Amino acid sequence: MSNGKPQSHGKGKGEVETTGHSWDGIEELSNPLPKWWLYSFYLCILFAFGYTVLYPAWPLIHGATPGLLGYSTRGAEAAEMKAWQAELAPLQQKLVATDIAAVKDDPTLLQYANSSGAAVFRTYCVQCHGAGAAGNATGGYPNLLDDDWLHGGTVQAIYTTILHGVRDPHDPDTRPAPDMPAWGQTLQKADIANVVQFVLKISGQTFDATQAEAGAKVFADNCAACHGEQGKGNQDMGAPNLTDAIWLYGDGSQAVITQTVEYGRAGVMPSWTGRLSDADMRSVSIYVHGLGGGK
Amino acid sequence: MWDYVKLIALGMVALCSAIIANYARDFGYELHAILVTGVAAVVFIWQLRQMEQPKPVPTNEYMDGVIRAGVIATAFWGVVGFLAGVFIASQLAFPALNFQWAEGYMNFGRLRPLHTSAVIFAFGGNALIATSFYVVQRTSAVRLWGGNAAWFVFWGYNLFIVLAASGYVLGITQAKEYAEPEWYMDLWLTIVWLVYLAVFLGTILRRKEPHIYVANWFYLSFIVTIAMLHVFNNLSLPVSIFGSKSVQVFSGVQDAMVQWWYGHNAVGFFLTAGFLGMMYYFVPKQAERPVYSYKLSIIHFWALIFLYIWAGPHHLHYTALPDWASTLGMVFSIMLWMPSWGGMINGLMTLSGAWDKLRTDPIMRMMVVSVGFYGMSTFEGPMMSIKTVNSLSHYTDWTIGHVHSGALGWNGMITFGALYFLTPRLWNRERLYSSRLVSWHFWLATIGIVLYAASMWVSGIMEGLMWREVDAQGYLVNSFADTVVARHPMLLARAIGGGMYLTGALIMVYNLWKTVTSAPERAPDTAAVPAE
Repeated sequence: MSNGKPQSHGKGKGEVETTGHSWDGIEELSNPLPKWWLYSFYLCILFAFGYTVLYPAWPLIHGATPGLLGYSTRGAEAAEMKAWQAELAPLQQKLVATDIAAVKDDPTLLQYANSSGAAVFRTYCVQCHGAGAAGNATGGYPNLLDDDWLHGGTVQAIYTTILHGVRDPHDPDTRPAPDMPAWGQTLQKADIANVVQFVLKISGQTFDATQAEAGAKVFADNCAACHGEQGKGNQDMGAPNLTDAIWLYGDGSQAVITQTVEYGRAGVMPSWTGRLSDADMRSVSIYVHGLGGGK
Repeated sequence: MWDYVKLIALGMVALCSAIIANYARDFGYELHAILVTGVAAVVFIWQLRQMEQPKPVPTNEYMDGVIRAGVIATAFWGVVGFLAGVFIASQLAFPALNFQWAEGYMNFGRLRPLHTSAVIFAFGGNALIATSFYVVQRTSAVRLWGGNAAWFVFWGYNLFIVLAASGYVLGITQAKEYAEPEWYMDLWLTIVWLVYLAVFLGTILRRKEPHIYVANWFYLSFIVTIAMLHVFNNLSLPVSIFGSKSVQVFSGVQDAMVQWWYGHNAVGFFLTAGFLGMMYYFVPKQAERPVYSYKLSIIHFWALIFLYIWAGPHHLHYTALPDWASTLGMVFSIMLWMPSWGGMINGLMTLSGAWDKLRTDPIMRMMVVSVGFYGMSTFEGPMMSIKTVNSLSHYTDWTIGHVHSGALGWNGMITFGALYFLTPRLWNRERLYSSRLVSWHFWLATIGIVLYAASMWVSGIMEGLMWREVDAQGYLVNSFADTVVARHPMLLARAIGGGMYLTGALIMVYNLWKTVTSAPERAPDTAAVPAE
């Protein structure tokens, strides 16, 4: 196929010759490299070389050339963090020095606490309490948007809960919350069924009147110590109020209440002391308090 | 003698995999062992029936049967891969499509590698193997070297794909992007690939042309480099010969670097160099014009393969990778811009003097748009490798948009062009069944890509901006869930674009099918006989 001779291709003047080979009918023209292409290529190479002089680039036996600018990703990151910290330090110091209940009177401080508290919440709290802070009744993680509080809903009480957690075995100051016992081990099946009907009654749901009456005595003997005579709960012991429609576990149906009574409950929240700075714990307390249910 | 060796080998494979199936420690591995037993047994029986039969030895014509099979496989896997893509795109827009009744087997996490492997390795790989066999025979003017070895490559490669795809659904993966298949599939692919290299190289060495055509340089660089990348990235130790799980030899940042050295060059040598080989044959053939510049093809070929191999670290900016490696990855990517564009210039300028064909020839239009998308994504790539740009674009949908403007635009469209070119010639038809349907395919695919890429740019840049948005005191404004909500309309547009692309491919399959079954036959000519 190849005849070894360059051939003029196409029509008229100005046409370039081919290289003289042909493969399955395909020929190649002897056009030179486009000038703009070649110079752009040189420019890219020049840029690449210049960049490697300025930034860490060429590997040596120990380490690599550091570059004239002395740049490093970690260094740049650290410098940025330091700059922010320097800017925020006065606000954080002021927040720690201010009585937590009085922060709401200082607009600048309140705004700082809310935005930093939201950031802390998104990082450390959403895993259990949810991105919208609505909790998760399947796992028994409390909803923080309503005004039903297990351990108190004042900003000071929330701050204390965050400082020391609930039932945290590593924190001696943790919220004193006795476990709800597994009554299935001590009470008769019938007693449990009766007391469940009583709880259904005081929480305003449909109930069996006979069973509920028998259950009232079971409740008074066994449950009232923590949940109170009226079943209104006790924040000092973290005992939930059973008379409202807000449930820590599940939907408050007969099945879930029966399960709770039979097997007990003991929800845990970690103590954040030592893991978050005091300023961050104050911020997130103020943020949670401001979500809507704060007292 | 050779036949007996084959029989013994096949019998051993069937027996061993049956034993392995018996002792297998996980379900997927057991299923694969049974599958391999079945395949080996079938080939054993086929081989047995061939014994003592006189074999016709056609030495005087091109070996086109395996290419016909390759064309069918390309079209089939294309549809499978696009369908999987549209489905997982819909899952991202509507998570309920991760059906609970499918018990996890149809979750996004398992179908995503199925999609990527189906389009890159099944669709793209079969297209590359088939076209490389076609091109190397025509431009070397000899029959494929190695007899039935080419058939072994075809069936072996497709067996690998079936194993890999079924493995993903069953949960067999080594969790390396684009290299998910486990150790035994990797070993099998290595064998198949070396035979592929032998067939290709053997054919070139026997060529009757004095020079090696440029398309074959690209194909050869693709085959050689993929062999090297595949072996190094899959160095691992099986936990047991009776189980699918293996442990990587590299760990930590070394593993990440090897993975992206592989991953980036899978793009560079599989999806760029290999497909440039395709472009260098089919564009001048379809345009019936000489290639624009021989000099440019040499310079950009060597520059491309020298520079591409160093650019991998740009996938790991701002990670545990040392700064110096990051810098080198970036600057090599920038230097790569012009060598990549060399292929685009050569493709587009080949049309000078034949631009009028764009009006009348929808296949040509497809190829030109393909080269256009190639140029666009090879500009976008170096741009995204710049660290400051990358800090915005990394981990966002922008990357997905970039990949797909390359994959759908460049790889897909040039492959469609090649299939439209090959089918009438391989099945001896005068022309395609319908040129109008090619136009439909062209417009559906082009609009689909534009919709896809544009929505992913918007979504990606939005994500990047939302993730880095901080308030006056430096605290992040948005949570991750906020960006997920904001992306929804763009995810929907992307799924629609993908659906259009899939529709176009279905039209192509119909058109090719009708071409084979009902287009007028071509008068016999000498096309099937090597020149000289």
